[in-house]
Order: sequence, then C-alpha cells, then structure tokens
Amino acid sequence: MRVPPGVTPKDFSDAIEQWQEALGHEWVFTSDEDVDLYRDSYSPFWHEDIEPVPSSAVAPADVEQVVAAVKIANTYKIPLWTISTGKNLGYGGSAPLLGGSVVLDLKRMDRILEVNDKNHYALVEPGVSYFDLYRYIQDQGLKVWIDVPDPGWGSLIGNALDRGGGYTPLRDHFDAHCGMEVVLADGEIVRTGMGALPGSHTWQQYRYGFGPYVDGMFSQGNFGVVTKMGFWLLPEPEGFKSGTVAVRRHDDLVPLVETLNYLMNSNLVQGTTTIGSPLLASGAVRSATGGGAALVATPGGPSVEELEEIGRDQNLPYWNCQMNFYGPPKVVEAEWECAKEKYSKISGATFVEGPTYQLPYDPKDVDKLPKRQFGIPSLTIFGLMGRSEGHMWFSPIIPMTGEAVFEAQRVFGQAYHDMGVPAINQIFVFPSSFFPRSFVILCGFPIYHDVEKNRRSREVFRGLVKAAAEHGWGEYRTHTAFMDTVSDVYSFNNHALRHFHETIKDAVDPNGILSPGRCGVWPKGLRKAHA
Amino acid sequence: MRTRWLVAMSMFFAVSTPAAPDQAQVERGHTVYDKWCFPCHGTGPGKPGTDSLRQRGQNPAVLEERTDLNASMIRFYVRHGVLFMPTFRKTEISDADLDAIAAYLTRNNKK
Amino acid sequence: MTMRVPPGVTPSTFSAALEQFEKAVGRNWVFTSDDDMETYRDSYSPFWHEQADRIPSAAVAPDSVEQVQAVVRIANAYGIPLWTISTGKNLAYGGSSPALSGSVVCDLKRMDRIVEVNDKNHYALVEPGVSYFDLYRYIQEHRLRVWIDPPDPGWGSPVGNSLERGGGRTPMGDHFASVCGLEVVLASGEVMRTGMGALPGAQTWQQYKYGFGPYVDGLFSQSNFGIITKMGVWLMPEPEAYREGRVSVPKHDDLVPFVDTLSYLMNSHIVRGTMLLESPVLGYRQSQGGSVLDLPGGPSIAETEAIGREKNLAYWSMLLHFWGPPRVIDAQWEYTKEKFRAIPGASFQDGRAYGFPVELGETDNVQRVYLGIPNLSVFALIAGGQGHMDFSPIIPMTGEAVFEVLKVFGSAYAEMGVPPKNQFFALPWTFFPRSFVLLFGLPVTHNIEQNRENRKVFQRLVEVAAQHGWGEYRTHVAFMDLVRSVYSWNHHALGRLHETIKDAVDPNGILSPGKSGIWPRQLRRSRA
Repeated sequence: MRVPPGVTPKDFSDAIEQWQEALGHEWVFTSDEDVDLYRDSYSPFWHEDIEPVPSSAVAPADVEQVVAAVKIANTYKIPLWTISTGKNLGYGGSAPLLGGSVVLDLKRMDRILEVNDKNHYALVEPGVSYFDLYRYIQDQGLKVWIDVPDPGWGSLIGNALDRGGGYTPLRDHFDAHCGMEVVLADGEIVRTGMGALPGSHTWQQYRYGFGPYVDGMFSQGNFGVVTKMGFWLLPEPEGFKSGTVAVRRHDDLVPLVETLNYLMNSNLVQGTTTIGSPLLASGAVRSATGGGAALVATPGGPSVEELEEIGRDQNLPYWNCQMNFYGPPKVVEAEWECAKEKYSKISGATFVEGPTYQLPYDPKDVDKLPKRQFGIPSLTIFGLMGRSEGHMWFSPIIPMTGEAVFEAQRVFGQAYHDMGVPAINQIFVFPSSFFPRSFVILCGFPIYHDVEKNRRSREVFRGLVKAAAEHGWGEYRTHTAFMDTVSDVYSFNNHALRHFHETIKDAVDPNGILSPGRCGVWPKGLRKAHA
Repeated sequence: MRTRWLVAMSMFFAVSTPAAPDQAQVERGHTVYDKWCFPCHGTGPGKPGTDSLRQRGQNPAVLEERTDLNASMIRFYVRHGVLFMPTFRKTEISDADLDAIAAYLTRNNKK
Repeated sequence: MTMRVPPGVTPSTFSAALEQFEKAVGRNWVFTSDDDMETYRDSYSPFWHEQADRIPSAAVAPDSVEQVQAVVRIANAYGIPLWTISTGKNLAYGGSSPALSGSVVCDLKRMDRIVEVNDKNHYALVEPGVSYFDLYRYIQEHRLRVWIDPPDPGWGSPVGNSLERGGGRTPMGDHFASVCGLEVVLASGEVMRTGMGALPGAQTWQQYKYGFGPYVDGLFSQSNFGIITKMGVWLMPEPEAYREGRVSVPKHDDLVPFVDTLSYLMNSHIVRGTMLLESPVLGYRQSQGGSVLDLPGGPSIAETEAIGREKNLAYWSMLLHFWGPPRVIDAQWEYTKEKFRAIPGASFQDGRAYGFPVELGETDNVQRVYLGIPNLSVFALIAGGQGHMDFSPIIPMTGEAVFEVLKVFGSAYAEMGVPPKNQFFALPWTFFPRSFVLLFGLPVTHNIEQNRENRKVFQRLVEVAAQHGWGEYRTHVAFMDLVRSVYSWNHHALGRLHETIKDAVDPNGILSPGKSGIWPRQLRRSRA
C-alpha cells in the first residue's frame, strides 16, 4: 500500500477504514489498478520515479460526505488533492502535486441544481461537465448558452477555479461565476456572496455579498473544497456573425491590435479573438525557415522585408484577426460595419465576411456550426495533438499590443535558439484574447513516454518561464509540475504575495491537508523542502 | 457644539479687517476654488450649493459673485460644514489654500 | 481639553505614537486638535450630539507608500487602531469617521498621483487620494480618448469607491469589477502587489486581473485586511455617440414581462449601463399624499391602474441608455423596442442623443454621469436636509420581486407607524449586473430624537429585508454590525472565515477595526 508522506501506515489504514464507513467501501480506492487511474495521463514524468502518484482516492457523493472526508483527513493530517472531473489535461490532469496525496474525487457530485433562463444562470456541483450541462439545457429546451473551453468533458467548477477561458462573450470563466459553497479544512461549510444570507434570493444574481469578497482566494487555491458554484449564462442570441480583417505589412499589426482593443473594450466585438498570420503559417514561409513554429522569430531566419516579399508574391496577408458578433442580426451587421470602418484606416486592409447565422440553430446541424463560438462542447481540440502522447501548455499573458507580439516573437525565438531546440515540435496558438484586455500565448509541449525527451521538454519549459519573466510576462496557469517554477517568478518584494497566500493557508488550513503545493502554496511543514 | 457654532458665527461679524489680498494670492484662490468649491457652488445647472443658497434667499447665490463674505466665515464653513455641506480637511484644502480661497472670494469686497 | 486616546491605549503610549507619526509624515500632517477632529467626523452622522458619535482621536496623512508603511509599523508597535480613508467622501455610508471611536484616521488624500492613463488599452493606475474630478481633468487636459465611470458624487476616490463596491451609470458601472491590480500595505508594513503586479517588471499589471495562484483582490474590498496604495482601473474607450430611449407599459402586471425583457437585453449586452425603474402612476399617487409602497389599506392595483388610465400615466417606465457608434446604438434601440413590443400597450419615446466630444453646456446635470462626467448634482436631491444615510438591499431582477418589495416594505412602514413620505425611496436600479438594488435615503438631522427614530427604522428595514432573503450591498458604519449579523448562513460561517483571515493577516487588529463588522480578536467578545 502506498502511504502519504508523513503519515504512519497505521494512521493511514485507520483513515481508510473511516472513509469507507463514511462514503461506502466501493468509493474508497486503494488498489494499484484503481489508483493508477488517477495518474496524469499526460505526465511529463512518465517512467520516472519522481512522477507524483496518489496513494488512494476517495469519492464522496454529496457535501455531507465531503465534510466527513475532510474531517477524517484533518484528524490524521492526510494530504487531499481535490479534483472536480480531473480532466485538466495539459495542466496536470487528476494527479496530485505531492506524491502520495489522496485524491478527493468529486465526479460523483454531478447534480445540476438549477438552470434559470430568465435571469440566466446555473447552479451546479463540481462533477457536472460541460457536456452534462449542455445536454440538460437542450433536453429542457432552455434558452441559454453555456461557454465551453476547448475540451468539453471538463467541469464548470474545475475550469472556473483554474481560471480557464472559452470563446463566447462569457469566456472568462472565473469572472462569470456567482456564488460558491465551500468546505473548509475543518469541515465547516461556507457560502459566499449572497449565499451567506439564509434563504437568499440572489445567490446567483449578485456576486459580492457583504464584507470582504472571498471567492477569488478559492481560485487556483488550496484554501477549501468548492462543492457548489453559480455561473452566469448567456441568453440565447438571435444571431451570430463572424468576420475577418487582414493586413499586408508586418507593422500593420500595431494599428490592427489597437483597433481590436477599441472594438472589444467598447463591447462591439465580443468573445475570444485570435491574431493569425496566413503568411507565417504558410508552406512558403515554412520552407523558407526550414520549418519552425510560425510565431517565433528565429535568429538568422528571414527578415521582415523578406517575409513581406513572400507575402506579396503569394498574396498572403501578414496578419489577420477573426472577430465574432453575438446578437440580433441587425445589431451584429451594424457592429461588423463599424469594425470594417475602423480597420479601413489601415491601408490595404481587406475583409472576409463569414456567414450570418439566424438562431436558434437546429440541433441536427450541430456539426456544421462553429461549436466553440456557440458554446457547444466537443473534444475536437485533441485532433491537434498528432502523434504525441499528450501535451502540456506554456501559457504566458502578454500585453494586448502589436509591439508586445513582436517582442514575444523575438524573445521566444531567441530562447529556443539559445536552448538549441527547434521550435518545430511545438504547437503554437497565436495571441488570443481569452481574457479581456490582454493576450494569452499558448505553446503546447508534446509529452512522450520517453524519459529523455520529457526531461528536455521540462528544461525548455523552465527556460521559457524564465525568459518570459525577464520580460515582465507571467503564466496565467500552469501544469502541476511547474507550479513552484511559476510561483517563483511572481516574486515582487521578496515574494510578498506568496507570503500572504501562505499566511492565509496557515490560518484556514493549519494542518495543511488541502491540495498541498497547488500554485506554489505549501503548508508550513512542507514549505522549506520546496523553497 | 451648538454653542461653539453660535460663538463662531458671532465672531464673523466682529472680526473683519481684511488685508488687501495680493493678486497672486487671488489667482491661487481662484484655482483652488475651481477645484474644490465650483462643483457645488459654481454657476450652471447641477450646483446644489448654489441652489440651496438661492432657495434660502441668498442673492447672488453664487459665492464668486458675492461681496459680503469674509475670511473667518469662509474658514468656518469649510472646516465645519453646514447642512448637507460636509467638512473639508487640511489634507484636502490646506490652511494656505483656504486663505487663498478667502482672498479670492473677498476680492471684490468694498474696501 | 484632554487629549482623546484610542480605546485601550494609555495617554503616554499614544503621545509616544503621535511623536513617531510626526517623525514619519512630518509635524504638519498629524492632526490632534478638536478643530481638526471636527473635519474627520461623519458630516452626515446619525449620532449628532450623542455619545455614540464616532470621533477619531487623531489623523495622520502620509504622502507616499513608504510613509504608509511607516505609519502602519508605528501603529502596530503601539497597538493603535487606524481607520483608513481615501478621500473620505463616503457620505451616507459614514464619510470619514471610524467605526471605532478614538481610532486614528489614516487619511490618504495627499496620495493623489495619477500614475498612468492609457488610452490604447484603456486603463488608469491611481493612488487613493485621486478623485473622479482629478482623473477626469487629467484625461481632458491630456486629450485622452477614454471615459471614467463616476459615481453620483464626483469628489470621491476611484480607489475608495471601488473598494466599497460602489456603482456608476455607464457600462463600466460595477466599480469593483473594473479593478485590475492592487498595491497593498499589509498590517506588518509589508508592501504587496496583486495580480500580475507580483511579477517584477510586469507589463500587464493593469491588463490581466488574476495573476497566478489565489486571486486575493476581493479580500481587500469592504474590508480591513490591508491599505490599498495603488489601484488599476479599467476605463471605457470614448464612444462615438450616446442615445437614450424610454419604454413604458400601462399595467401593473406588465412589470413581469418588462423585467424579463430587460434581463434578456442586459445579459445579452444590448442594453448596458445603469437604469432606474420608474412608475409615473405611483409617483402621482405619492404626490397626492400616498406612497410608492403598497401600504395596507391603500389603493388597490385596479384603482391605481384606473388613475393611470385617467391621467394617462404609465404604470412602469424606464429610460434606457446606449453608447457606441450611431448605427449600432440605433440598431440596439430598434431591437429593444421590438422586444418590448411583445407587451401589449408598450409605448416608446426617443430620448436625447449626442455625438462626442460634446460641449458641456448641451448636457443637463443628471445626464453627466451617463457621459462619464463627474459632478455633485446628486446633492440637490437632499438640499435642505442635513444629510442622509442609505439603506440599499439587493433584490432579484424580476417583476415578482419588485411586487413583493412594495408590499413588504409598505407593511413594515405601516407597522412602524412611520409615514414613508419622509423617506426617499426609489424603485430598483441596475447598478450591478443581473440584480436590482433599492436605495432608500433616510434623512439625518441634528436632532437626537429624529435620528433615533431613523436608526430604528433602518434597523427594522434590515431585519425585514433579511427575513425575505434580501441583504444590503453596503452600509453605513453605524449599521455594519447589524448588516453583518444577518449574513449568518451556517452559524455565520462566512463571518468566521473573515475573522480567521483577519487574525492571520492583522494579528494586532490595528487596521480599521469594525469595518464591515469585522472586529479584531480583542474587541470581538464585547460586541458579540
């Protein structure tokens, strides 16, 4: 039997017995076969001893069982690693950061408690997936849309707590939440926002409640186990349209992004937008650079002038950007017209108009629709992964300016060059506005069941984190394997923010049982070892 | 509090020997007035201080147009407030700025 | 006159602390005289002439983050309670006065630097002493193409108002939701930056809110866990145009589909900004000595509707606002009308329309906040009074909830025997997304009996609201304990979590004791 660190086998078997009593025998998993199911399917530590593997897993069915499970863990000081649906692939999946932790698997808590299509919200438990909620809404004929991240099997709660993003106007998932129920390390249940008012009628309608607004501390945190969460939904729009603007020259990106900022911050363009480069992604450039990822500017590669010339020859725009418009057809047409008018100030700007959809759509047509933009969950994204055996994401936030994109191309190009790694192996997602007012760059590292390759990938990953930090860019989220690395670069004033996190951690979870190490926050006893 | 207020009020009329303010002081006062007093006591619509004084029969109701204000009165109201006018602190309007406001608002007084 | 001292602090300790404060910020910026303390009282105190009035013992006004650190360290060393204010203009909610009489006010007004305003990514980074007027002037002087969102009184501070979770009128009206990045001085004197500010040399402190790890900004709103010394605020790009339109419906029950439609339009981001539900017919009823509220024994719905028909007054009405390019806002207004037309008898009226930049003279004063122009015209509402305090519960955004509110508060006033016409009562506002907020302005006077009466009314309103599942979004310092006490789910679990955090981050309990009902350990029992 695997045993959590610092726990005696006797204590552990006592705890297991109590969990079995509280949750039922079949919901406490201890066999290697069962526990292996909680490993990270995309672990960058395959076949290495340092892969953090859980000692067991417990799966409560309701909040009372969560309370019981947490109290038992607190009594025996056993580390629990909480997962909702455990589908956080690319960022650690269901595996704990600290090997030997017991996975607290909330998948069985999959009740959809309410969906309201007058005030447009849902209240769900952690085990509810995007697929579940989507099906429920379809079955009930409710006139609301959800917002989905790329893989639709994840949990609304899990993804929002990881501060994930989607594609519709409600794409900032944490921002779209309203009200939480949380089990604290001592087993107390707290409701936040208006939920603190007994019999409240506005738990899912007003976020803040009275006094300090605490919800944020449970995101990317290990201060409690969230057992219910409210989400704001989008009323089903009557229409949808997309349109693409393209510009010819390298430097046109600056006014392009400036205009995009204006349009997005004015609410004229809603939802995620992505900067693309038909030129850099083209076969012509790929052959000129000997491959290489489109987004990074490799030292010694073709100059901007040379690239622009290829663009002219091949009639390929240097940059483009697809925008989405949600609303009644008349309004979205007017918004698209305004967008064109604004971009037309960039000489040579051209436009491609996408189809205008009249909504609601017929469920039979689902496969013909832009699913992500319509809040329809799918697993299409996994088609991108090619021959790799998984991936992990490097995902820094950079300013939403053309200049910052240029700098990122240079900096990451140089970093790859310095590390002697051809960027060709990486999956790059161009700068995207998953969150308002900034860009995220996504760089997918392939994972293999090959120790050497993975070691090298981890080194490169750390190199990129460092290069980014030197330029004032930090990751919005990271794989469990790099949580300490990323936490380390958020070091303003001798890690003042992390010290603050630790102060709260010690106060609300003095035995340090909840998800030790999550986002670099370790309990007192384990802090030094990871400093 | 009420007693102190009355005592202070009576002092307005006893103490009024304004030294001739110099132009620089008046200009500074104008600037401070524009920042701190105009939003409530200025001309134009939406000036509750002016409206309130007008309703109470004050004519002219705009402070800048008056010739009957004196420095101690101005100081008193700024530091103590009246009706819905709150107090103003020295971190907002320093004593020197308050002197300048007084110089500005008394610039047209009969000498 | 003997020196006032903070509770539990000896005069000699206090003198020593004051001396240290003077060393830290300069002699001129430590205030102790009675005259100076007058300026730090609540100008709209509901305790005028009463012992219970909250008066500070001193005030200290640092000019920089280093001075704030020094002040906090001194307060920590000597056990002095510090009550922090930004501009101290939180009138109706306590102004500059502390919850604990005898606290030292930490007045941040001198920290009034506008560190940056960016009109490409549309944000500002400001210190707490910067007022909405200051920021507006700065933007005008530098001809930047951005709008701020001022609350009704423009002399307040974006930092202070956002931390109080105040609201404005434009699409950026939820002020705390527009916050991006904080600099905080903790009780230990340490300086912390949140969000991307935790990354040295961060390029996106004002562009991405969350940073990495637990997102703590919310902890510092309506709170006493730290002193904010810088805050990023998202701004709106200057729109091309503005227009408004009025929608009215004739019958009482029309409110249900009316609010459903409003909810649809707002949550679809077609109608944005802050609206007020109006009732011409109930307004008329009030002008005839009746009430907007449903008083027991008052006129029935059918009678009121009959008055409406006779006088040609709509039962419900709302002025909607649109910001954006002319053709977009025209299309939005057309669509809005189309949606409301589903309610039989709905009528529409085009409102004012402006292109920008607009000459100030063209706009009336009520309009200005909708155009992002700070002003003080709201005080005209209370002209003649000596102040007011606001009771402001959140209710669901449904017609049914509004009906219930009118009945419940009508009965409450009747039971108390208070004529509601003394109160300033407004139908719901949409200051925050997806819910309504009611604003009741209770008058404050310099009359002890009247204030006692009003405090009783206030207390009753809080209790009645809580019994119906409605809670206040914010309250006057005098009622913070009361409001906190109704947020009691699971034996005050959230309140106890707040206290756990308070004890951990401010073990000596020096920062704004009693803010939002959160008391440090040593003062907790005496108030329980």
